[in-house]
Amino acid sequence: MADYPAKLQEYLDDFNFITSREERVDYLIAIADEFQPVPPSIATKPYDEAHRVIGCESEAFVWALERADGTLDFYFDVLNPQGLSAMAMSAILDQACSGAPLEQVAAINGEVVFTFFGRDISMGKGRGLTELINAVVYQAKQRLKSA
Amino acid sequence: MSDIGSRGYANPDKLVSTDWVAARLNDDNIRIVESNEDPLLYPSGHIPGAVEVDWVKDLNDPLRRDYLGKAGFEALASRIGITPDTTVIFYGDKSNWWATYALWVFELFNHTNAKIMDGGRLKWAEEGRELTREKPVISPTSYSAPERDDSRIRAFRDGVLQHIQSSGQLVDVRSPAEFSGEKLHMEGYPQEGAVRGGHIPGASSVPWSRAANEDGTFKNAAELSAIYLEEIDLNPAEPTVAYCRIGERSSHTWFVLTNLLGFADVRNYDGSWTEWGNSVGLPIEK
Repeated sequence: MADYPAKLQEYLDDFNFITSREERVDYLIAIADEFQPVPPSIATKPYDEAHRVIGCESEAFVWALERADGTLDFYFDVLNPQGLSAMAMSAILDQACSGAPLEQVAAINGEVVFTFFGRDISMGKGRGLTELINAVVYQAKQRLKSA
Repeated sequence: MSDIGSRGYANPDKLVSTDWVAARLNDDNIRIVESNEDPLLYPSGHIPGAVEVDWVKDLNDPLRRDYLGKAGFEALASRIGITPDTTVIFYGDKSNWWATYALWVFELFNHTNAKIMDGGRLKWAEEGRELTREKPVISPTSYSAPERDDSRIRAFRDGVLQHIQSSGQLVDVRSPAEFSGEKLHMEGYPQEGAVRGGHIPGASSVPWSRAANEDGTFKNAAELSAIYLEEIDLNPAEPTVAYCRIGERSSHTWFVLTNLLGFADVRNYDGSWTEWGNSVGLPIEK
Protein backbone atom coordinates (compact mmCIF):
# COMPACT_ATOMS: atom_id res chain seq x y z
CA MET A 1 0.00 0.00 0.00
CA ALA A 2 1.26 3.48 -0.83
CA ASP A 3 2.60 5.64 1.96
CA TYR A 4 0.02 8.40 2.10
CA PRO A 5 0.10 11.71 3.95
CA ALA A 6 -0.58 11.02 7.64
CA LYS A 7 -3.81 13.03 7.79
CA LEU A 8 -5.16 11.35 4.67
CA GLN A 9 -4.40 7.93 6.13
CA GLU A 10 -6.16 8.98 9.31
CA TYR A 11 -9.26 9.90 7.33
CA LEU A 12 -9.09 6.67 5.33
CA ASP A 13 -8.85 4.64 8.53
CA ASP A 14 -11.89 6.48 9.90
CA PHE A 15 -13.96 5.86 6.78
CA ASN A 16 -12.90 2.22 6.58
CA PHE A 17 -14.61 1.72 9.93
CA ILE A 18 -17.87 3.23 8.76
CA THR A 19 -20.52 0.72 7.81
CA SER A 20 -23.68 2.78 7.52
CA ARG A 21 -24.47 5.18 4.70
CA GLU A 22 -25.96 7.64 7.16
CA GLU A 23 -22.82 7.77 9.26
CA ARG A 24 -20.67 8.24 6.14
CA VAL A 25 -22.86 11.06 4.89
CA ASP A 26 -22.91 12.82 8.28
CA TYR A 27 -19.12 12.63 8.51
CA LEU A 28 -18.69 14.01 4.99
CA ILE A 29 -21.09 16.86 5.68
CA ALA A 30 -19.15 17.73 8.83
CA ILE A 31 -15.96 17.83 6.77
CA ALA A 32 -17.65 19.91 4.06
CA ASP A 33 -18.63 22.39 6.75
CA GLU A 34 -14.90 22.96 7.33
CA PHE A 35 -14.28 23.88 3.69
CA GLN A 36 -12.57 27.23 3.26
CA PRO A 37 -12.48 28.71 -0.24
CA VAL A 38 -9.27 30.14 -1.61
CA PRO A 39 -8.56 33.53 0.05
CA PRO A 40 -8.52 36.66 -2.13
CA SER A 41 -4.81 37.06 -1.44
CA ILE A 42 -4.24 33.92 -3.53
CA ALA A 43 -6.91 34.23 -6.24
CA THR A 44 -9.97 36.29 -7.09
CA LYS A 45 -12.89 35.64 -9.43
CA PRO A 46 -13.06 35.15 -12.29
CA TYR A 47 -10.42 32.53 -11.76
CA ASP A 48 -7.77 31.66 -14.27
CA GLU A 49 -9.14 28.67 -16.20
CA ALA A 50 -5.74 26.99 -15.86
CA HIS A 51 -6.76 26.18 -12.28
CA ARG A 52 -10.09 24.59 -13.16
CA VAL A 53 -10.49 20.87 -12.43
CA ILE A 54 -11.52 19.40 -15.76
CA GLY A 55 -14.32 16.87 -15.39
CA CYS A 56 -15.64 18.23 -12.08
CA GLU A 57 -19.21 19.43 -12.64
CA SER A 58 -19.18 21.29 -9.34
CA GLU A 59 -16.70 23.72 -10.92
CA ALA A 60 -13.79 23.09 -8.58
CA PHE A 61 -10.52 25.03 -8.87
CA VAL A 62 -7.13 24.16 -7.34
CA TRP A 63 -4.04 26.24 -6.60
CA ALA A 64 -0.67 25.06 -5.27
CA LEU A 65 1.86 27.41 -3.71
CA GLU A 66 5.32 26.34 -2.67
CA ARG A 67 6.43 26.64 0.94
CA ALA A 68 10.00 27.44 1.99
CA ASP A 69 10.57 23.77 2.78
CA GLY A 70 9.59 22.75 -0.75
CA THR A 71 6.21 21.26 0.15
CA LEU A 72 2.98 22.73 -1.20
CA ASP A 73 0.04 24.62 0.24
CA PHE A 74 -3.14 23.74 -1.61
CA TYR A 75 -6.12 26.04 -2.01
CA PHE A 76 -9.51 25.22 -3.45
CA ASP A 77 -12.79 26.75 -4.48
CA VAL A 78 -16.05 25.14 -5.57
CA LEU A 79 -18.27 27.52 -7.52
CA ASN A 80 -21.41 25.38 -7.51
CA PRO A 81 -23.10 26.14 -4.19
CA GLN A 82 -24.61 22.64 -4.35
CA GLY A 83 -21.23 20.99 -4.83
CA LEU A 84 -21.09 19.66 -1.30
CA SER A 85 -19.20 16.49 -2.15
CA ALA A 86 -16.53 18.51 -3.94
CA MET A 87 -16.28 20.78 -0.89
CA ALA A 88 -15.81 17.76 1.39
CA MET A 89 -13.14 16.30 -0.88
CA SER A 90 -11.39 19.67 -1.10
CA ALA A 91 -11.36 20.03 2.69
CA ILE A 92 -9.85 16.56 3.07
CA LEU A 93 -7.18 17.29 0.47
CA ASP A 94 -6.37 20.67 2.00
CA GLN A 95 -5.94 19.23 5.48
CA ALA A 96 -4.09 16.13 4.26
CA CYS A 97 -1.83 17.43 1.52
CA SER A 98 -0.85 21.00 2.43
CA GLY A 99 2.66 20.72 3.85
CA ALA A 100 2.83 16.95 3.33
CA PRO A 101 5.88 15.34 1.69
CA LEU A 102 5.48 15.66 -2.07
CA GLU A 103 6.28 11.97 -2.64
CA GLN A 104 3.33 11.04 -0.46
CA VAL A 105 0.98 13.45 -2.20
CA ALA A 106 2.12 12.21 -5.60
CA ALA A 107 1.35 8.63 -4.55
CA ILE A 108 -2.34 9.20 -3.80
CA ASN A 109 -4.59 6.96 -5.88
CA GLY A 110 -7.85 8.50 -7.09
CA GLU A 111 -9.63 5.32 -5.99
CA VAL A 112 -9.62 6.65 -2.41
CA VAL A 113 -12.73 8.58 -3.48
CA PHE A 114 -14.70 5.37 -3.07
CA THR A 115 -13.39 4.83 0.45
CA PHE A 116 -14.78 8.23 1.37
CA PHE A 117 -17.99 8.28 -0.66
CA GLY A 118 -18.80 4.59 -1.09
CA ARG A 119 -19.28 2.58 -4.24
CA ASP A 120 -22.85 3.65 -4.86
CA ILE A 121 -21.89 7.22 -5.71
CA SER A 122 -22.90 8.17 -9.25
CA MET A 123 -20.39 7.81 -12.06
CA GLY A 124 -20.38 11.56 -12.56
CA LYS A 125 -19.67 12.37 -8.95
CA GLY A 126 -17.01 9.68 -8.72
CA ARG A 127 -15.28 10.96 -11.82
CA GLY A 128 -15.37 14.61 -10.75
CA LEU A 129 -13.98 13.87 -7.30
CA THR A 130 -11.27 11.64 -8.74
CA GLU A 131 -10.22 14.46 -11.04
CA LEU A 132 -9.99 16.76 -8.02
CA ILE A 133 -7.49 14.36 -6.44
CA ASN A 134 -5.68 13.99 -9.74
CA ALA A 135 -5.23 17.77 -9.93
CA VAL A 136 -3.51 17.76 -6.54
CA VAL A 137 -1.37 14.75 -7.42
CA TYR A 138 -0.38 16.40 -10.70
CA GLN A 139 0.88 19.48 -8.87
CA ALA A 140 3.01 17.36 -6.54
CA LYS A 141 4.45 15.38 -9.43
CA GLN A 142 5.29 18.54 -11.35
CA ARG A 143 7.16 19.97 -8.35
CA LEU A 144 9.05 16.70 -7.89
CA LYS A 145 10.05 16.72 -11.55
CA SER A 146 11.36 20.25 -11.40
CA ALA A 147 13.18 19.76 -8.08
CA MET B 1 -46.34 35.57 -7.13
CA SER B 2 -45.77 32.69 -9.47
CA ASP B 3 -45.79 33.32 -13.18
CA ILE B 4 -46.15 29.66 -14.11
CA GLY B 5 -49.75 30.14 -15.21
CA SER B 6 -48.75 32.85 -17.66
CA ARG B 7 -46.03 30.89 -19.43
CA GLY B 8 -48.35 29.16 -21.85
CA TYR B 9 -47.73 25.59 -20.78
CA ALA B 10 -50.08 22.86 -21.94
CA ASN B 11 -50.37 21.48 -18.43
CA PRO B 12 -49.27 24.15 -15.97
CA ASP B 13 -50.61 22.09 -13.07
CA LYS B 14 -47.57 19.80 -13.32
CA LEU B 15 -45.33 22.62 -12.16
CA VAL B 16 -45.46 24.51 -8.88
CA SER B 17 -43.47 27.47 -7.65
CA THR B 18 -41.31 27.77 -4.56
CA ASP B 19 -43.97 30.14 -3.17
CA TRP B 20 -46.63 27.49 -3.68
CA VAL B 21 -44.55 24.91 -1.84
CA ALA B 22 -43.62 27.30 0.97
CA ALA B 23 -47.31 27.93 1.61
CA ARG B 24 -48.09 24.22 1.92
CA LEU B 25 -45.34 22.81 4.10
CA ASN B 26 -47.84 21.50 6.63
CA ASP B 27 -50.41 20.17 4.18
CA ASP B 28 -51.02 16.49 4.96
CA ASN B 29 -52.18 15.83 1.40
CA ILE B 30 -48.82 16.85 0.00
CA ARG B 31 -45.50 15.07 0.26
CA ILE B 32 -42.39 16.95 -0.76
CA VAL B 33 -39.65 14.71 -2.16
CA GLU B 34 -36.05 15.69 -2.82
CA SER B 35 -34.12 13.70 -5.40
CA ASN B 36 -30.49 14.58 -6.17
CA GLU B 37 -27.36 13.26 -7.73
CA ASP B 38 -25.19 14.42 -4.81
CA PRO B 39 -25.96 12.19 -1.80
CA LEU B 40 -24.77 14.85 0.66
CA LEU B 41 -27.32 17.47 -0.33
CA TYR B 42 -30.50 16.21 1.29
CA PRO B 43 -28.90 15.41 4.67
CA SER B 44 -27.07 18.74 4.63
CA GLY B 45 -30.35 20.63 4.46
CA HIS B 46 -33.72 20.13 2.81
CA ILE B 47 -37.13 21.75 2.67
CA PRO B 48 -38.82 21.23 6.04
CA GLY B 49 -40.87 18.05 5.92
CA ALA B 50 -39.29 16.80 2.69
CA VAL B 51 -38.25 13.17 2.35
CA GLU B 52 -35.51 11.84 0.11
CA VAL B 53 -35.84 9.45 -2.81
CA ASP B 54 -32.42 8.30 -3.92
CA TRP B 55 -32.20 7.49 -7.63
CA VAL B 56 -29.76 4.62 -7.07
CA LYS B 57 -30.97 2.81 -4.00
CA ASP B 58 -34.69 3.65 -4.15
CA LEU B 59 -35.62 3.62 -7.83
CA ASN B 60 -33.46 0.90 -9.38
CA ASP B 61 -33.54 -2.84 -9.01
CA PRO B 62 -30.27 -3.79 -7.28
CA LEU B 63 -29.55 -6.76 -9.54
CA ARG B 64 -31.29 -6.23 -12.89
CA ARG B 65 -30.94 -3.22 -15.13
CA ASP B 66 -34.50 -2.16 -14.47
CA TYR B 67 -36.62 -0.09 -12.16
CA LEU B 68 -38.15 -1.34 -8.99
CA GLY B 69 -41.20 -3.58 -9.32
CA LYS B 70 -44.66 -3.37 -7.78
CA ALA B 71 -43.59 -4.63 -4.34
CA GLY B 72 -40.58 -2.32 -4.28
CA PHE B 73 -42.65 0.70 -5.24
CA GLU B 74 -45.27 -0.12 -2.63
CA ALA B 75 -42.55 -0.37 0.00
CA LEU B 76 -41.01 2.93 -1.10
CA ALA B 77 -44.35 4.75 -1.27
CA SER B 78 -45.38 3.38 2.11
CA ARG B 79 -42.05 4.38 3.66
CA ILE B 80 -42.38 7.97 2.47
CA GLY B 81 -45.93 8.06 3.79
CA ILE B 82 -47.98 8.61 0.66
CA THR B 83 -51.23 7.17 -0.60
CA PRO B 84 -52.42 7.11 -4.22
CA ASP B 85 -54.24 10.37 -3.44
CA THR B 86 -51.19 12.22 -2.13
CA THR B 87 -49.83 15.02 -4.28
CA VAL B 88 -46.11 14.41 -4.57
CA ILE B 89 -43.89 17.44 -5.22
CA PHE B 90 -40.44 16.57 -6.54
CA TYR B 91 -37.45 18.88 -6.48
CA GLY B 92 -33.70 18.41 -6.65
CA ASP B 93 -30.32 19.47 -7.95
CA LYS B 94 -29.15 20.02 -11.51
CA SER B 95 -32.20 21.93 -12.77
CA ASN B 96 -34.48 19.17 -11.50
CA TRP B 97 -32.86 16.59 -13.74
CA TRP B 98 -33.12 13.93 -11.02
CA ALA B 99 -36.51 15.15 -9.84
CA THR B 100 -38.05 14.60 -13.27
CA TYR B 101 -36.44 11.18 -13.36
CA ALA B 102 -38.08 10.24 -10.05
CA LEU B 103 -41.42 11.66 -11.22
CA TRP B 104 -41.20 9.61 -14.41
CA VAL B 105 -40.61 6.41 -12.40
CA PHE B 106 -43.57 7.25 -10.15
CA GLU B 107 -45.74 7.66 -13.23
CA LEU B 108 -44.74 4.16 -14.37
CA PHE B 109 -46.81 3.07 -11.36
CA ASN B 110 -49.61 5.43 -12.33
CA HIS B 111 -48.88 7.86 -9.49
CA THR B 112 -49.66 10.74 -11.81
CA ASN B 113 -50.58 13.12 -9.01
CA ALA B 114 -47.00 14.35 -9.05
CA LYS B 115 -45.50 17.75 -9.82
CA ILE B 116 -42.13 19.45 -10.10
CA MET B 117 -41.08 22.48 -8.05
CA ASP B 118 -39.83 24.89 -10.69
CA GLY B 119 -36.18 25.85 -10.20
CA GLY B 120 -35.55 22.99 -7.82
CA ARG B 121 -33.25 23.04 -4.86
CA LEU B 122 -31.03 25.84 -6.13
CA LYS B 123 -33.89 28.31 -6.51
CA TRP B 124 -35.30 27.49 -3.08
CA ALA B 125 -31.86 27.98 -1.49
CA GLU B 126 -31.05 31.14 -3.41
CA GLU B 127 -34.32 32.69 -2.30
CA GLY B 128 -33.07 32.29 1.25
CA ARG B 129 -35.82 29.89 2.19
CA GLU B 130 -35.46 27.55 5.12
CA LEU B 131 -33.46 24.36 4.79
CA THR B 132 -33.30 21.97 7.69
CA ARG B 133 -31.20 18.97 8.59
CA GLU B 134 -34.03 17.58 10.67
CA LYS B 135 -35.49 14.45 9.13
CA PRO B 136 -39.27 14.42 9.19
CA VAL B 137 -41.02 11.77 11.22
CA ILE B 138 -43.17 9.94 8.70
CA SER B 139 -46.04 7.67 9.54
CA PRO B 140 -45.79 4.80 7.07
CA THR B 141 -48.81 4.08 4.92
CA SER B 142 -49.93 0.94 3.20
CA TYR B 143 -49.72 1.89 -0.46
CA SER B 144 -51.33 -0.47 -2.94
CA ALA B 145 -49.81 0.06 -6.38
CA PRO B 146 -50.73 -1.41 -9.74
CA GLU B 147 -48.15 -3.41 -11.66
CA ARG B 148 -45.61 -1.16 -13.31
CA ASP B 149 -46.93 -0.07 -16.71
CA ASP B 150 -44.05 0.27 -19.17
CA SER B 151 -46.35 0.55 -22.17
CA ARG B 152 -47.30 4.20 -21.95
CA ILE B 153 -44.22 6.36 -21.30
CA ARG B 154 -41.26 3.97 -21.54
CA ALA B 155 -39.57 2.80 -24.73
CA PHE B 156 -37.52 -0.34 -25.26
CA ARG B 157 -34.88 -1.24 -27.83
CA ASP B 158 -37.10 -3.17 -30.23
CA GLY B 159 -39.79 -0.52 -30.06
CA VAL B 160 -37.26 2.17 -30.87
CA LEU B 161 -36.03 0.13 -33.82
CA GLN B 162 -39.58 -0.09 -35.19
CA HIS B 163 -40.03 3.60 -34.43
CA ILE B 164 -37.05 4.65 -36.54
CA GLN B 165 -38.00 2.23 -39.33
CA SER B 166 -41.26 4.13 -39.61
CA SER B 167 -39.40 7.47 -39.47
CA GLY B 168 -40.74 8.30 -36.01
CA GLN B 169 -39.69 11.39 -34.10
CA LEU B 170 -36.59 10.94 -31.95
CA VAL B 171 -34.79 13.44 -29.72
CA ASP B 172 -31.24 12.87 -28.57
CA VAL B 173 -30.77 15.03 -25.47
CA ARG B 174 -27.04 14.36 -24.94
CA SER B 175 -24.29 16.87 -25.57
CA PRO B 176 -23.45 17.75 -29.18
CA ALA B 177 -20.11 15.93 -28.86
CA GLU B 178 -21.86 12.73 -27.77
CA PHE B 179 -24.42 13.11 -30.57
CA SER B 180 -21.73 13.51 -33.22
CA GLY B 181 -19.73 10.57 -31.92
CA GLU B 182 -16.76 12.71 -30.98
CA LYS B 183 -17.22 11.51 -27.42
CA LEU B 184 -18.28 8.05 -26.34
CA HIS B 185 -19.63 9.32 -23.04
CA MET B 186 -20.85 12.44 -21.32
CA GLU B 187 -18.17 14.71 -19.89
CA GLY B 188 -17.34 13.28 -16.50
CA TYR B 189 -19.17 9.98 -16.99
CA PRO B 190 -16.62 7.77 -18.80
CA GLN B 191 -17.86 4.49 -17.36
CA GLU B 192 -21.30 5.05 -18.81
CA GLY B 193 -20.04 5.17 -22.36
CA ALA B 194 -20.47 2.89 -25.33
CA VAL B 195 -18.21 1.07 -27.75
CA ARG B 196 -19.48 3.20 -30.65
CA GLY B 197 -20.01 6.91 -30.93
CA GLY B 198 -22.86 8.62 -32.74
CA HIS B 199 -26.62 8.62 -32.46
CA ILE B 200 -29.72 6.63 -33.33
CA PRO B 201 -30.55 7.16 -37.02
CA GLY B 202 -33.02 9.96 -37.59
CA ALA B 203 -32.56 11.55 -34.15
CA SER B 204 -32.51 15.30 -33.73
CA SER B 205 -30.08 16.80 -31.25
CA VAL B 206 -31.41 19.04 -28.48
CA PRO B 207 -29.36 18.89 -25.26
CA TRP B 208 -31.76 18.58 -22.33
CA SER B 209 -30.44 21.68 -20.56
CA ARG B 210 -31.67 23.94 -23.35
CA ALA B 211 -35.13 23.63 -21.80
CA ALA B 212 -33.91 25.22 -18.58
CA ASN B 213 -32.99 28.76 -17.66
CA GLU B 214 -29.78 29.62 -15.80
CA ASP B 215 -31.65 29.55 -12.49
CA GLY B 216 -32.94 26.04 -13.13
CA THR B 217 -36.51 27.06 -13.96
CA PHE B 218 -38.12 25.87 -17.17
CA LYS B 219 -38.24 28.14 -20.20
CA ASN B 220 -41.68 29.36 -21.19
CA ALA B 221 -43.82 27.62 -23.80
CA ALA B 222 -42.91 30.03 -26.59
CA GLU B 223 -39.21 29.50 -26.01
CA LEU B 224 -39.67 25.73 -25.80
CA SER B 225 -41.80 25.72 -28.96
CA ALA B 226 -39.07 27.62 -30.78
CA ILE B 227 -36.63 24.84 -29.91
CA TYR B 228 -38.71 21.70 -30.33
CA LEU B 229 -41.40 22.68 -32.83
CA GLU B 230 -39.59 25.16 -35.04
CA GLU B 231 -35.92 24.32 -34.79
CA ILE B 232 -36.21 20.51 -35.06
CA ASP B 233 -39.73 20.45 -36.44
CA LEU B 234 -41.38 18.03 -34.02
CA ASN B 235 -45.11 17.45 -34.37
CA PRO B 236 -46.82 17.31 -30.95
CA ALA B 237 -49.43 14.90 -32.30
CA GLU B 238 -46.88 12.32 -33.42
CA PRO B 239 -45.28 9.65 -31.19
CA THR B 240 -41.91 10.83 -29.91
CA VAL B 241 -39.02 9.07 -28.20
CA ALA B 242 -36.37 10.83 -26.10
CA TYR B 243 -33.09 9.25 -25.08
CA CYS B 244 -29.73 10.11 -23.57
CA ARG B 245 -27.18 7.78 -21.97
CA ILE B 246 -29.18 5.90 -19.34
CA GLY B 247 -32.52 7.68 -19.46
CA GLU B 248 -32.15 10.31 -16.74
CA ARG B 249 -31.44 13.44 -18.78
CA SER B 250 -34.11 12.37 -21.25
CA SER B 251 -36.68 12.19 -18.45
CA HIS B 252 -36.27 15.97 -18.20
CA THR B 253 -37.04 16.32 -21.91
CA TRP B 254 -39.89 13.81 -21.57
CA PHE B 255 -41.38 16.06 -18.88
CA VAL B 256 -41.00 19.16 -21.05
CA LEU B 257 -42.54 17.65 -24.17
CA THR B 258 -45.37 15.90 -22.34
CA ASN B 259 -46.39 18.44 -19.74
CA LEU B 260 -45.16 21.82 -20.88
CA LEU B 261 -45.72 21.47 -24.63
CA GLY B 262 -48.57 18.96 -24.51
CA PHE B 263 -47.20 16.27 -26.79
CA ALA B 264 -49.66 13.39 -26.93
CA ASP B 265 -47.29 10.41 -26.85
CA VAL B 266 -43.74 10.74 -25.54
CA ARG B 267 -41.67 7.81 -24.34
CA ASN B 268 -38.37 7.82 -22.50
CA TYR B 269 -35.93 5.23 -23.85
CA ASP B 270 -33.98 4.48 -20.66
CA GLY B 271 -31.80 1.86 -22.34
CA SER B 272 -30.56 4.86 -24.28
CA TRP B 273 -27.08 5.07 -25.76
CA THR B 274 -25.50 2.66 -23.26
CA GLU B 275 -27.74 -0.02 -24.73
CA TRP B 276 -28.08 1.12 -28.34
CA GLY B 277 -24.41 2.07 -28.79
CA ASN B 278 -23.26 -1.28 -27.42
CA SER B 279 -25.79 -3.54 -29.14
CA VAL B 280 -24.88 -5.94 -31.94
CA GLY B 281 -26.71 -5.33 -35.18
CA LEU B 282 -28.24 -1.95 -34.46
CA PRO B 283 -27.66 0.89 -36.91
CA ILE B 284 -26.14 4.20 -35.87
CA GLU B 285 -25.43 7.50 -37.52
CA LYS B 286 -22.50 9.83 -36.94
